[in-house]
Amino acid sequence: MMRSAIVERAIDVSALVAEVASVTNGATLLFVGTVRETNDGRDVNGMDYTAYRSMAERELSDIVREASSRFGTTDIVVEHRLGTLGLGEASVAIAVAHPHRGKAYEANRYIIEELKKRVPIWKLEHYVDGTREWVAADGSKRAPDGEAAMVKAETRAQP
Amino acid sequence: MTITVLLFASYAEKLGASSIPLELGQGATVGDVLTSLQRLPGASRLPTEPLIAVNERYARRDQVLAAGDEVAIIPPVAGG
Repeated sequence: MMRSAIVERAIDVSALVAEVASVTNGATLLFVGTVRETNDGRDVNGMDYTAYRSMAERELSDIVREASSRFGTTDIVVEHRLGTLGLGEASVAIAVAHPHRGKAYEANRYIIEELKKRVPIWKLEHYVDGTREWVAADGSKRAPDGEAAMVKAETRAQP
Repeated sequence: MTITVLLFASYAEKLGASSIPLELGQGATVGDVLTSLQRLPGASRLPTEPLIAVNERYARRDQVLAAGDEVAIIPPVAGG
C-alpha cells in the first residue's frame, strides 16, 4: 500500500502500520511527529496547522513516489493533519515497511526531511501566555531556503 | 489577462487577504506579480524574494504566466 493524505481528524498510527504490513517485509518503521510543550524556550499549549491544501497533497505524493523509487519499497503511508491540535497530539505520521531495516530507516527519514522543506503547511503556535505566533521553518526563526526547494523541484522535473 | 494571487498564513495576515485578482499584460512573469503586489497596502511587510508556486509547482522569477494562472506566495513552510 502506498498513499499519502492531508487529514482533518486524529491520525490512527496503528492503522498506518497495518496498512504497510506485508510478509515480504522484514522491517517496519513508524515516525510520529507530535505537538511539543516548549518551542524556542516558550511554553506552548496548542497549535493550528493550515496548508495550501491542493499543493500540499501533490507535493507529499511526489515525495512518497521519490522515496519509493530511491529506496525500493511500495509500502509507504503518510498522513499530515490540519486544524487545531493539543499537546502530544500527532501532526504527522510516516509508516514505511521494507524487506530490510536500513532502507526502511532511510526512506522514513527522507520523507520527513523533504516534507519539512517542501510541503506548504504552516503552524500557528498558541502560547500559555495567550499570544500566538506563526512558526518559521522547522521551529527556528531563520530565513526560508527558497532556492533549495526550487532547485529540488526542477531536478525532479528532469526525465 | 487576469491571474490569481494566493496568500497564506502570516502573508495573508500581512495583506489582509487570502486571494487577490491581478490584471497583467501578456508575457508578464512571476517577477511582475511581485512588483504589482508591492503597490498594495501591507506588502512592504512581505520579504522581497519570497518562495513562489505557479499552479502548485515551485517557480522561478522569470517564469512567464498565462491567463488564469494561480500564483501562490509561499511563507517559510513549517510542516511536521
